[in-house]
Amino acid sequence: MSGSDCLGGWRDVGLIDDIPKLGARVVATARGNVAVFRTADDEIFALDDRCPHKGGPLSQGIVHGTYVTCPLHNWVINLPTGEAVAPDQGCTRKVPVQIRDRRVFLNPAFTTILPAGSVGWARKRRGAAR
Amino acid sequence: MNIHVPPKERLVVIGNGMAGMRAVEELLKRTPDRYEITVFGAEPHVNYDRILLSSVLAGEKEIDEIVINSRSWYEENGIRLFTGDPIISISGAAHTVTSKNGRVEPYDRLLVATGSRPIVPPIPGLNLQGVCTFRDIADIEQMIDASTRHAKAIVIGGGLLGLEAANGLLRRGMNVAVVHLMDTLMERQLDHQAGKLLQRELDERGINFFMNGQTEEIFGATQVEGVRLADGREVPGNLVVMAIGIRPNTDLARAADLEINRGIVVHDDMRSSDPDIFAVGECAEHRGMTYGLVAPLYEMAKVCADHLAGDAHKSSYTGSVLATKLKVTGVDLFSAGNFSGGEDCGEMTYHDTTGQVYKKLVMREGRVEGVVLYGDVTDSGWYLELLRNKEDVAAFKDAILFGQAIVAAMGKIKPVGVEDLPDNYQICGCNGVSKGTIVQTILDKGLSTLAEVRAHSKASASCGSCTGLVEGLLAATLGDAFCKAKEPGMCRCTEHTHDEVRRQIIEQELKTIPRVMSALSWSTPDGCHSCRPALNFYLLCAWPGEYVDDAQSRFINERAHANIQKDGTFSVIPRMWGGTTSAKELRAIADVVDKHTIPTVKITGGQRIDMLGVRKDQLPAVWRELNEAGLVSGHAYGKALRTVKTCVGSEWCRFGTQDSTAMGIALEKMTWGSWHPHKVKLAVSGCPRNCAEATIKDFGVVAIESGWELHVGGNGGIKVRATDLLCKVATEAEVLEYCAAFLQLYREEARYLERTAPWIERVGLDYVKGRIVRDAAGRKLLQDRFLYSQQFFQQDPWEERARGETQPAEFRALATVDS
Ligand code: SRM
Ligand SMILES: Cc1cc2nc3c(=O)[nH]c(=O)nc-3n(C[C@H](O)[C@H](O)[C@H](O)COP(=O)(O)OP(=O)(O)OC[C@H]3O[C@@H](n4cnc5c(N)ncnc54)[C@H](O)[C@@H]3O)c2cc1C
Ligand code: SF4
Ligand code: FES
Repeated sequence: MSGSDCLGGWRDVGLIDDIPKLGARVVATARGNVAVFRTADDEIFALDDRCPHKGGPLSQGIVHGTYVTCPLHNWVINLPTGEAVAPDQGCTRKVPVQIRDRRVFLNPAFTTILPAGSVGWARKRRGAAR
Repeated sequence: MNIHVPPKERLVVIGNGMAGMRAVEELLKRTPDRYEITVFGAEPHVNYDRILLSSVLAGEKEIDEIVINSRSWYEENGIRLFTGDPIISISGAAHTVTSKNGRVEPYDRLLVATGSRPIVPPIPGLNLQGVCTFRDIADIEQMIDASTRHAKAIVIGGGLLGLEAANGLLRRGMNVAVVHLMDTLMERQLDHQAGKLLQRELDERGINFFMNGQTEEIFGATQVEGVRLADGREVPGNLVVMAIGIRPNTDLARAADLEINRGIVVHDDMRSSDPDIFAVGECAEHRGMTYGLVAPLYEMAKVCADHLAGDAHKSSYTGSVLATKLKVTGVDLFSAGNFSGGEDCGEMTYHDTTGQVYKKLVMREGRVEGVVLYGDVTDSGWYLELLRNKEDVAAFKDAILFGQAIVAAMGKIKPVGVEDLPDNYQICGCNGVSKGTIVQTILDKGLSTLAEVRAHSKASASCGSCTGLVEGLLAATLGDAFCKAKEPGMCRCTEHTHDEVRRQIIEQELKTIPRVMSALSWSTPDGCHSCRPALNFYLLCAWPGEYVDDAQSRFINERAHANIQKDGTFSVIPRMWGGTTSAKELRAIADVVDKHTIPTVKITGGQRIDMLGVRKDQLPAVWRELNEAGLVSGHAYGKALRTVKTCVGSEWCRFGTQDSTAMGIALEKMTWGSWHPHKVKLAVSGCPRNCAEATIKDFGVVAIESGWELHVGGNGGIKVRATDLLCKVATEAEVLEYCAAFLQLYREEARYLERTAPWIERVGLDYVKGRIVRDAAGRKLLQDRFLYSQQFFQQDPWEERARGETQPAEFRALATVDS
């Protein structure tokens, strides 16, 4: 899939069914990878593929409910908002998504303003090692 | 109307240590408002548990875990605390004390609790860098710091403190020598036999002993370089810890003209020769005795509090029977009373030389007079009780060494569960808490966890050796409620414990993750990152061949069959059977590295080669090329069988007794591909020199002339644990059989993310021996189940994916867009 299909900044990146349920796929863009997640109920969310903590690839994490757990140090990120779940703090950029006829459209050029204090900081945590 | 409030009496406490603060706690219990309390402490810290400094040194606890009362406690109780400001004089006539910072504080009652000071012999070299004592936080900070910068430590003194220091430094990776004046360790607590057993154990752990050694000089330029003994021996080291004894800290009291002998002389009511000045703790001398353990100090604190509170019933202190335990993990040792015997004393001993158990009772006129236990201290509480109560044991004297359970089984005494103990039975020796008090506290305060009982009753809060009994009391008092409290649910998605979930999976024949979640009423729609991987493992272990693995419930490393790195790339570690490789394999690796410009190639700690920095989309091609040379996945990424390390063994080595390399390869061929609750590592050494480090592996094999020793439950990671010896076997076939059975037992019964080391600590080595060694039929069944499961899991996950058959989408981007 080359994503050439273009309407007003929106890009067709493929079918919902190309993404595993409770999983994610990556879309490579000029400004870096975007992670596209699919929940158990076929909801689709897209975030920059960078954890607010130390840049871990969120696309590689375990998806549960509307959350993803980062594979590097287990931060949990809320998919609809891109925000880390307390006690961790930080936010990942959201990328607008639309679904039409089970096709997924992204608008990666669309920039949302990051909320203040969006740089991640870590709480001391135990046992996060794998 | 004017209400006249009489001013409060002023109590000043010198010494913010264990005895002083316990006396204050006891006083607040009796009369919270009578005194305005001021505390002076020489140390810059709040009150902490000095006993546990040993555990901090050994890396088992952090400093903030040993605080007894935090600053807020002082504030809440209206206590003024001056830390880092020692008192330098007492004026009994003026009823004032003066501190180093110049504060003059008047008192109505004064409590002296200055503890003791380490004895330092007058020898040359004491002010060299790297010489310290073992008494307070500053000391252990110095020791811990030294352990990161130097390799060798010398501990002077082979008593309780010296050995705990030596053990701690050893655990911190130092090479440790102990210099001891006598020829028996801990001669004040142990007889010769037990002392020797202890020495042998510690010697095996790697402590070097210099017995009958009188230290004459510490030498070095500015930093210590070693010590010289009177007989000419020299011991090298860059840290010297003095632990030869303690002396009551009485300087202040002496200057104030209180009566001093060895310590500050106190009467049965804890008053010194000045009736307004009390003394408790190690600085006090009572009826000619000074003490160096907390149990008597706490008894003193209670009596002192009674008298400070002006209680009419006038309790009095009459002395204590001492019991000692060495806080070295894995060494069980107990001593109490007069253990060396004497006139009209008899002795009974039991020595099981294979099992390393030694028990000695000193008897006098049909009563227990002293006890020494080594290796098995289960009955220490019982013997101590018999000793304290001076009970007549004539009726069961013949069986007494076998312990309380046997004596009870013979019908000589009443049966004993914790329920059967009398209410006044002392459970916690350190803090003097009886069974009745604990049960009452549990009921009154509605407690359900060990931590709560510790907080409210202090039982088990000091040395921790009575923890089992306290847990027993919780269980007996609360019944099922305790079980729940003790073991939390798997994660926030369920209240069911790991064990319960595994049981239900089998009983209800649950075979998918959604089925488990609905049958057991999960509170979240699809679990979380901690329960899903656990369930995936429990299901594949319960239903091999039937369960369909859920890739989305696996952590990325197991999903992608490679280890994710901090930059999102992966590492690739092929299997090298028993650590062996060939020119062909090495050539294939070299070619792959060149072709895909892999940035780093490294030899791992597990005798294999790691290619680091491979992009995810490159993985299938890398694997395909490795496969072509016969290399398969090393599972370095999985809760799975990892490496089987070997040494060269009898094929080449002049010491080798068996072919350890071939044994290792056979083990790896049998076990590779198996999934486990956590990672599993094996090793085979060709002789007891153990070059493959088999005794820190989950399953370690050491060759001996007559066959093989099988070791289990080792761990070389965060918390090092040496293996336990499971048994010895004669043939290779037996090694394979026992290994398969052991691994299957671990797979079926351990909790997810519990390695074999903590699992064995939890269920006990004896249980494992019962299932694997003593139950031959059961062992065969376990082995069968392991081998059955292996039929399904011994497929190279790389090959399937290199061919694009499994998870093809996993390794490709969904799309590439150019804006
Ligand atoms: C590659 C290697 C280091 C090396 O360059 O030598 C390594 C690398 C990692 N180890 Fe290790 N360990 C490696 C040998 C060891 C050893 C030594 C051994 O196996 O003989 C140990 C101590 C022995 C033991 O396990 O008892 C070891 C104890 C750990 C631990 C602590 C485990 C514990 O029980 O305390 C962790 C953390 C964990 O598993 O939770 C860990 C975790 C890790 C992880 C997986 C951390 C992570 O989650 O990313 C590292 C992955 C790096 C990677 O992607 O390649 N690694 N690790 C070694 C791979 C060996 C192999 O061939 O498979
Ligand atoms: C490493 C270690 C391990 C131990 N293990 C055990 C064990 O397993 N079991 C056991 O029963 N006992 C053990 N003990 C002994 C136990 O800790 C002591 O018996 C107990 O702490 C003594 O209490 P104390 O209040 O008399 O003295 P301390 O706890 O020493 O308190 C005295 C305090 O007074 C302060 N002080 C001294 N002079 C002044 C002054 N002029 N002005 C103000 N403050 C002053 C000191 O700085 C100190 O903080 C251990 C001791 C150590 C060091
Ligand atoms: S010790 Fe192991 S976990 Fe720690 S940095 Fe090294 S490889 Fe990573
Ligand atoms: S990078 Fe995501 S948790 Fe650390």
